[in-house]
Amino acid sequence: MIQIKLFASLRESIGTSSLNLEYAGENTVADVAHELVERGANWRLLEERDVLCAVNQTLCGKDAKINDGDEIAFFPPVTGG
Amino acid sequence: MISVQRGDFDHCEQYQALKDEADGDGAVVTFTGLVRDFNVEGSVSGIHIEHYPGMTEKSLMRICSEARKRWQLGQIRVIHRVGTIGPQEQIVFVGVTSKHRKSAFEACEFIIDYLKTSAPLWKQEGTSEGMKWVASRSSDQEAMDRWANTTNQS
Repeated sequence: MIQIKLFASLRESIGTSSLNLEYAGENTVADVAHELVERGANWRLLEERDVLCAVNQTLCGKDAKINDGDEIAFFPPVTGG
Repeated sequence: MISVQRGDFDHCEQYQALKDEADGDGAVVTFTGLVRDFNVEGSVSGIHIEHYPGMTEKSLMRICSEARKRWQLGQIRVIHRVGTIGPQEQIVFVGVTSKHRKSAFEACEFIIDYLKTSAPLWKQEGTSEGMKWVASRSSDQEAMDRWANTTNQS
């Protein structure tokens, strides 16, 4: 099982804040994003260039390796401070 | 000390704690960020900040350890508020102590620049058309990029 989390405008546009996926041997974050995009038009936002991602709460690139049990988050550029 | 919290903080208490813990350091530099009551499109009635519980705290810790790699620092305190915050209220506090002022000034600026470009926090502003997500600014990234080649300057 992998846990997907979405934040801020991405969470609002896609309409969900988290979901669990059965782990099917995906290699990278990009593989997971590619699968999620097939869920509907609004999920295509995940593949926009400025979307950031984190694996197990550490910022990483979309080529980052993933494993069963990981928490994968997608979010827009940060605007704190 | 790192804190991600809904409630406000007392700047004087934070300064006092830094001063008490300074242990021989000769400089305390603090930065406090406030909610502006205007943006490019007009007045702002307040903001709402969303965070990623767990990861936000971890990123703030990481930012502090990156600062410690670059400068010899004593104490560091970072507080970031989340949730609904009114105009002119405090959002963020960064306080640093060091033997000398240059390290303290630079580290304080580095921490806020780094926070603005890497800590998972997202801001919505209350406008006449309702709440709007704030877009990230390239000037914040440029401010961060200035630090790219800095390592252990103390």
